[in-house]
Amino acid sequence: MTIALQYTAEQRAFRAEVRAWMEANVPADPLPTLEGAEGFAAHREWERTLAKGRWGMVTWPEAYGGRSCNLIEWLIFEEEYYRAAAPARVNQNGIFLLGPTLMEFGTPEQKARYLPKMASGEEIWAQAWSEPQAGSDLAAIRATAVRDGDDYVLRGHKIWSSRATFADWCFGMFRTEPGSEKHHGISFILVPLRHPGVRVRGIPQIHGEMGFAEIFFEDARVPVGHRLGGEGQGWHIAMATAGFERGLMLRSPARFQVTAQKLVELYRRLATSLDPALGAAVAQAWMDAEAYALNTYMTASRLMNGGTIGVEASLNKIFWSELDLAMHQAAMSMLGASAELLPHAPDAEDLGNWLEGWIFSLAGPIYAGTNEIQRNIIAERLLKLPRG
Amino acid sequence: MDFTFSEEQRMMAAAVRELLDDVCSPAAIRRAVEGREDLSADRWARYCELGLPGVLAPEAAAGLGLEATDFVLIAEECGRAAVPEPLVEHAGVAVPLLAELAGTPRAIEVLDGAASGVLRLGIGHPVNPFVLGGGGCDFVLLMADDEVHLLARSSIGVTVEPSVDASRRLARVEWAPASQTQVAGGVAALAAVERAFQRGALYAAAESLGLAQRMMELGVAYACERKQFGRQIGSYQGLKHHFASAQVKLEFARPVVYAAVTRAGDVDDRAAAAISHAKLAAVAAADACSRIAMQAHGAMGYSWEVDLHFYMKRAWALAGVWGDRSFHSRRVQQLLGSGRLPIGPDQTFVRTGD
Repeated sequence: MTIALQYTAEQRAFRAEVRAWMEANVPADPLPTLEGAEGFAAHREWERTLAKGRWGMVTWPEAYGGRSCNLIEWLIFEEEYYRAAAPARVNQNGIFLLGPTLMEFGTPEQKARYLPKMASGEEIWAQAWSEPQAGSDLAAIRATAVRDGDDYVLRGHKIWSSRATFADWCFGMFRTEPGSEKHHGISFILVPLRHPGVRVRGIPQIHGEMGFAEIFFEDARVPVGHRLGGEGQGWHIAMATAGFERGLMLRSPARFQVTAQKLVELYRRLATSLDPALGAAVAQAWMDAEAYALNTYMTASRLMNGGTIGVEASLNKIFWSELDLAMHQAAMSMLGASAELLPHAPDAEDLGNWLEGWIFSLAGPIYAGTNEIQRNIIAERLLKLPRG
Repeated sequence: MDFTFSEEQRMMAAAVRELLDDVCSPAAIRRAVEGREDLSADRWARYCELGLPGVLAPEAAAGLGLEATDFVLIAEECGRAAVPEPLVEHAGVAVPLLAELAGTPRAIEVLDGAASGVLRLGIGHPVNPFVLGGGGCDFVLLMADDEVHLLARSSIGVTVEPSVDASRRLARVEWAPASQTQVAGGVAALAAVERAFQRGALYAAAESLGLAQRMMELGVAYACERKQFGRQIGSYQGLKHHFASAQVKLEFARPVVYAAVTRAGDVDDRAAAAISHAKLAAVAAADACSRIAMQAHGAMGYSWEVDLHFYMKRAWALAGVWGDRSFHSRRVQQLLGSGRLPIGPDQTFVRTGD
């Protein structure tokens, strides 16, 4: 017995099944950006199509619209998904972050209530964690949930919530214990976004679209049953969610491998006029994308053999965000004077995708916990360096 | 698909670590490098007790008959300990090459001796200008055109080339091929030599991982101990973030090396790309770890008194042998630039003939 890096016959058959479905169902033309109203609706429709094929979240049990796939099968699904250039997942905060959290901490009633509609795209989720004074210092949140009979009354101001402008629900962190500090006294609460006392105001992102929003809670009432886990357990649950976010689920390797592949093709097209140093940058990008894939398979194998994922999530987050940035930086350098063209510019052809990707990659080292915070986590929890 | 080492492989690596912690402690390395005590023969005897020289030799030749992947964790442990003897090249590269080609009674006899560790076998591959252990070997495998030759130490001319890593006894060798020294020739010999090159690069990469790990440990330990401005220096983000960045490089080099070793023996473009990637990634990780480990030590890190430099110098040496950075980087660039290498998310694990 040793490392076995071959797919089984079942896994190959599964790949073929995914590939055939994607070939038949992925829209021929790319959807409009999901950061705008029209694109958001188109992406929601795509989630319905996926759900009809039971491809919404393949790792989930059948009861919630999934296929009970293991992690290797999930990686194969992702590889075929990105290979087919299928649309971005508009419900990524739901399916990749809240979904696994619900699976671990939700009551049977909560799972039955939220997971199927999440998998089908009927309910799109946003994350309501950051506040104007609580970014990297997330435990500094001030939003409160005051118990009143069978309800919580929510007050506070959340910000930088991706896709909240058009989403249906949010999962937030609120202080349920008055006067509590830091990570104590916080609860994890699910709140509808179109709801009395909840006001959402879009914030234009660097590209001008309303890609994120701030959310004001002005005495919004939700039943106590909207709380996930115990009262005061919110920080613990949120850290599990953050682990999913930085760890395996949110950024599977295939998207980066496809970008690396396109980068190599771009390089081959333009090579004769390029600085040879770009050839080294392209090779490095391809190698790093492969390294990320190999590391993910190794992690998946470890998890399937009963292991766990902890601080490794922070290593992953740094690696994929810096890789994405490096790949797009190389592309922007290669495109030279055409790099600035917007996707709809008459002479942009498909080059505008690099610009969009470049802009999005700039967010990578910031969201899901800045890379500086991740480096602190690695230094203190993995390497056991003293706390500052 | 299961990207985990077996229990047996992990136990073997643990046994090697235990042995090396005993015989190749930093203090032992220091004594060896400073030439104060020559325990090389004693150490070699201990490696033989564990069967290390013949790990990859067939059981018929007194070896353990294990496979390329079985040696990668062992090579990593040898790197972590900066083993002063050329054990990795002997057991991981030279012995398997001879095992592949040995047909004459003379070659088989030398193989038996090398597998049991009674004889020390060196290898002079065309990619390396010098032979490691050239002066101390009993026999050396040498290549001329498409021929592989086996020469006794007494029949080659040796010029010692002192290395910054004093435990690496390098030599330039002068020799003349003769019909009685030839063990193989032609296409089969060339393929075997290419496989030897693969193992050389892969196990140098694995050693680099081990060195990176050791240097990280030394740097972190010092940063936890040393105080300035009334605080442990490791509590400052200025150091923490450098350590974390180096750790990222190390963690993402490991699976690359482990996956590449499963391609050892495939002489094709996919193996070439994977093995070059492994060497580049492991060497870059060792470089990153050595830089932050030295920086954390401050002036101490620049002194002979601290052990760090023994490991650092080994890492420098391994960066250059079995294909240096330019060789491997250019090879990957050529494979990608020519469009010969199939790439994409469904290609990572494909083997020729799948």
